[in-house]
Amino acid sequence: MGEAAWPSLPDCFFIRRGVILNLFKRLRRGNLGDNIFGFVVLLFGVSILVIMAGIVFQLWLQSAPSREKFGWSFLWSTAYDVQRQNYGAGVFIYGTLVTAFIALILAAPVGVGIAAYLVEIAPRRLNRVVGSMVELLAAVPSIVYGLWGFYALNPFLRDYIAPPLQAVLGWLPPFSGEFVGTSVFTASVVLAIMILPTVAAVSRDVLRAVPDAQREAMLALGATRWEMFSRAVLPYAKSGVLGAAILGLGRAAGETMAVTFIIGNNPQIFKSLFGQGATIASEIAAKWQEASGLTLPVLMELGLVLFAITIIINISARLLVMLLVRGPRGGLRA
Amino acid sequence: MSQLRRPMTGRFKRRRIMDRAMTFAAYACAALAIIPLTWIVIYVFVKGIGVWNARFFTQLPALFEAGGVRNGIFGTLEVVGLSAAIGVPVGVMAGIFLAEYGDNILGGTVRFTADTMTGVPSIVVGLFVYGVVVLNTGGAYSAFAGAVALAILMIPIITRTTEEMIRLVPNSIREASLALGVPRWKTILRVVLPTALSGIVTGVFLSVARVAGETAPLIMTIFGTYYAISKNIFDGPTTTLSLLIYKLGGAPNPEVVKVAWGASLLLILIVLGLSLLARLIFKGEGAKF
Repeated sequence: MGEAAWPSLPDCFFIRRGVILNLFKRLRRGNLGDNIFGFVVLLFGVSILVIMAGIVFQLWLQSAPSREKFGWSFLWSTAYDVQRQNYGAGVFIYGTLVTAFIALILAAPVGVGIAAYLVEIAPRRLNRVVGSMVELLAAVPSIVYGLWGFYALNPFLRDYIAPPLQAVLGWLPPFSGEFVGTSVFTASVVLAIMILPTVAAVSRDVLRAVPDAQREAMLALGATRWEMFSRAVLPYAKSGVLGAAILGLGRAAGETMAVTFIIGNNPQIFKSLFGQGATIASEIAAKWQEASGLTLPVLMELGLVLFAITIIINISARLLVMLLVRGPRGGLRA
Repeated sequence: MSQLRRPMTGRFKRRRIMDRAMTFAAYACAALAIIPLTWIVIYVFVKGIGVWNARFFTQLPALFEAGGVRNGIFGTLEVVGLSAAIGVPVGVMAGIFLAEYGDNILGGTVRFTADTMTGVPSIVVGLFVYGVVVLNTGGAYSAFAGAVALAILMIPIITRTTEEMIRLVPNSIREASLALGVPRWKTILRVVLPTALSGIVTGVFLSVARVAGETAPLIMTIFGTYYAISKNIFDGPTTTLSLLIYKLGGAPNPEVVKVAWGASLLLILIVLGLSLLARLIFKGEGAKF
């Protein structure tokens, strides 16, 4: 480092000042590529909001003739008269809610049980196997559930499950009456199987989020595993497990093909679970290809109602789950 | 030593029995989940394998006798492939947005909307696409409309998995790249994305598997036909395996129903195969179920 290698001081200062000013100017402007990339990525992110808004807007637009003709009474009217062109959503809302709730009552205890098994009991290796099996249950296409439910499960329920149920609970209206070919009961059982993975996966995430200190404290007090789970883990995860169940309810309400295949698509307020019924989704799927004139907007408005129901269910469920697990995991598992 | 043992009486006994019973119940729940899956897979296999012959793969479906599902196989590949071409770029880009630029109110809104979107019934998406695509192309049912519907179903899934996978990439890798003077966009595309690639591909496969078996939104977008599929993807009804199962499965002729079982077997193999493949591709630690 000889003295001669250095330029004189003012010169050096001048050059450096220019370079630095230039650098600052460029920094303030930002890298052009960065700006473009950030903008493009932002557009794609916002496109999700656009699609969601578009769904609401389109259904609202397309259902205009139906909304104008029937007004708000569409929501509770149970009319279904093809001759007089008089339709209401009441029957279908009833069918959707009843089947979804029965499915939930059947699936929730089992789903939480699976989650408890996976989190508290199962050894690591078995954990993966059982977990994968439950996840594959979610992968079976809806229409295959329908076919299986119609040809395999329905006869099984009719011959082996319904008679004992009727023998014991036959005096109750829901369990009375004849088991017809296709039934609300079978549809609900299939729905329960279909939402089982959702309930199990979300409750598993929720239970796993419970801090181990909760468990250790309870075990240190001399509790058995069940006491530990029921008094230290479950109360802690209460809102999350409830959210998992409600998420399952939303799935069941929106499920289409399996129900269309099984429930019989008979628009009536069924009193017996062994009778036929119809849900919003099954009505849309079954009637679409023969829809014309006023039926098309009616189906669109039914879609709007279904959208509203599932959105309300879903948002409340997500908020409940979020209370416990920060940001529920996305994708198939949520 | 025997004095130190707690006597197995009264309260303690009751507690222990309760514990055993509940442990057993949890085992029973796990078993209960496995029964329907095995039942479905075996049932479909037994019913479906019988019709797998040359006719099944090369003929068109017939209404009153056993036919084939050639158009369904082509249609499924066509519609699902198209939907992946639309949905994967959008989903991955939206995922990048959420992971790298999404820690603000807008990001939070998009994230919540994407989560809610996974819960929108597929048939509602079908109605939406009917209004947007089918009615705007002169009421023409087409493979393209079906692909748009399936893409909308895929996007939120891909978005959320992509985000999750990109967030798993350690910050030190990003910082190392940025410190070398690489601009942020290049860092994301050339350093972050390749690191998260196996996870993202897994998400893509899982979402493709999910939509491949989808039926409901296709009724109002590609309609379903017994004839050969349209050569023009923007015009003319098409069909898929799932739609054929719906149509043939309800037929009165048992020979035709058998074809539906064969198609079900093929569809289940495709979907489960894709799901298993996704699991094999994923190299990360056991983040999966």
